[in-house]
Amino acid sequence: MTETFYEVMRRQGITRRSFMKYCSLTATALGLGPAFVPKIAHAMETKPRIPILWLHGLECTCCSESFIRSAHPLAKDVILSMVSLDYDDTIMAAAGHQAEAIIEETIEKYNGNYILAVEGNPPLNQDGMSCIIGGKPFLDQLTHAAEHCKAIISWGSCASYGCVQAAAPNPTQATPVHKVIHNKPIIKVPGCPPIAEVMTAVVTYILTFERMPELDQQGRPKMFYSQRIHDKCYRRPHFDAGQFVESWDDEAARKGYCLYKMGCKGPTTYNACSTIRWNEGTSFPIQAGHGCIGCSEDGFWDKGSWYARLTDIPQFGVEANADKVGATAAAVVGTATAAHIAASAVKRAMQKDAPKGDQE
Amino acid sequence: MTIQDTAYRSEPAVYVYEAPIRIWHWVNALAITVLCVTGYFIGSPLPTVAGEASDHFLMGYIRFAHFAAGYILAIGFLFRIYWAFVGNEHARQLFLPPLLNRHWWSGVLHEAKWYAFLTKEPLKYVGHNPLALLFMHFMLVWGTVFMIFTGFALYGEGTGMGSWQYQWFSSWIIPLFGQSQDVHTWHHLIMWVIICFIIMHVYVAIREDIMSRQSMVSTMISGWRTFKDNRKTDDDI
Ligand code: HEM
Ligand code: SF4
Ligand code: SF4
Repeated sequence: MTETFYEVMRRQGITRRSFMKYCSLTATALGLGPAFVPKIAHAMETKPRIPILWLHGLECTCCSESFIRSAHPLAKDVILSMVSLDYDDTIMAAAGHQAEAIIEETIEKYNGNYILAVEGNPPLNQDGMSCIIGGKPFLDQLTHAAEHCKAIISWGSCASYGCVQAAAPNPTQATPVHKVIHNKPIIKVPGCPPIAEVMTAVVTYILTFERMPELDQQGRPKMFYSQRIHDKCYRRPHFDAGQFVESWDDEAARKGYCLYKMGCKGPTTYNACSTIRWNEGTSFPIQAGHGCIGCSEDGFWDKGSWYARLTDIPQFGVEANADKVGATAAAVVGTATAAHIAASAVKRAMQKDAPKGDQE
Repeated sequence: MTIQDTAYRSEPAVYVYEAPIRIWHWVNALAITVLCVTGYFIGSPLPTVAGEASDHFLMGYIRFAHFAAGYILAIGFLFRIYWAFVGNEHARQLFLPPLLNRHWWSGVLHEAKWYAFLTKEPLKYVGHNPLALLFMHFMLVWGTVFMIFTGFALYGEGTGMGSWQYQWFSSWIIPLFGQSQDVHTWHHLIMWVIICFIIMHVYVAIREDIMSRQSMVSTMISGWRTFKDNRKTDDDI
């Protein structure tokens, strides 16, 4: 029989005390009450661990980098050890054919039961040649592994939306996972990268409860993506007051006013940065004085400048935004109206001068 | 207006706009004005105010005015639809341009010619003239529908995932456009469509009042359409 989570942890040299700590931490991260701690512990002690295959497509590995920096080293170690037991080409020990063989082994052994975690995405142009894994296009590996999995985790904005490699004009036709795999439940964990604590909590939730966390309409776990950066931003009082940074080195910037006018995408970005923050809760972009660039939103590379509030509309030429397009249209209509007023006045004047009886 | 014109005005006036329609018209005009001004300043906020954040709520008030006017616009619009069912025959016209009626299209053409100074005289209407109806229906009615849907989708983002605004609007409109930012951009762009409509609407209403064969501005105040000649009207309804 497969080992339980608890057995795996003990084998990794983790004490019972640390294990209980981990359970309560996880409960907190997931927003569950203390009553859930024994439940999590019980599940971990009795359930066979769920294997995870972690595939890498077209990506920069920032998701893995983020993942291994999770605030609580225990959580990270535990999950990492469970994950790396199977396949993750960045952090596993095996290499080459040996590594590829592990995939087949896992698929065979846990057919229909393993979780497929995908970092990056498959490029579809040139028959997928822009991303080759073990001599074959990544697309092949992905569809093969997806066929036998239980569910998929789309790590980061690459797997969820496409990210930088899918930015216009997307020469390799990098395509998010949900657009090539249609018959499996997919959970999106967007961000470039996603926050480490969010990643470990999502994995823990699935492992412990053997089901997906509650997702929103777009497939993101509600517990981390149900609010915008703006909703919990500590600079929000300055936004409401109408106090904005107007240029990078002004007095307002030093005072920490709202970065809205500097193009902050906090009002349109769903993520947990303003609550969980980064690097063990040290800081997050806005706290460091730079606006949010909206890295966890669909197509954030193509929504105009990161330093402008209004989105560029390239169809109307470089540097056009809604106000410029609209004001131009209004000016055209206004000018046409003025010209029409003048013409109408001339016409009336001429009619008045015309002999009577001609009018009707 | 010449003395002769006055002498011709023997056709009885027609009661076109019932009181609820007139009240809606002016409330709606006010709401849209507030929405455009506050909306513009939401996109491009006023210069920073000095002092403590706790002493000010400028952006908060601007947004509050926008949302309050947004509710008035939306509720007013629902009421207007209701009145299309219970009101007189003219109350329905705004929502139902007879797009399949050839004769109506020839009316559109005639009005277009009248505006291009290619014809001497406009036709005579009790209700809306066809060209006006075309613009009102597509720019104002559909523009308003668009603004209400996208506006509430943005509003639902603030009230949160459990709220009815989010459930009814944001949950499907935001993914439909791509992401929140796209909804903002479209909400902003269509504001300018509505502004273009307002410029034309105000000018044309005044111009028609002076130069057409029926009253305009006073009709939206009193409800009565009066005429400057007593020949037959060209309405289809
Ligand atoms: C004629 C109708 C309307 C006009 C002209 C209008 C105009 C605008 C404009 C220009 C913006 C700024 C968009 C940007 O971020 O660039 C805006 C934002 C917004 N509007 Fe409207 N709007 C209208 C109707 C509505 C309605 C009916 C609602 C519903 C309550 C609404 C709710 C909002 C919300 C929630 C925002 C975002 C506020 C924020 O980001 O702080 N709007 N509107
Ligand atoms: S800094 Fe950005 S997220 Fe924070 S209040 Fe201002 S606009 Fe919102
Ligand atoms: S603050 Fe915005 S850009 Fe920065 S990591 Fe969070 S979601 Fe991404």
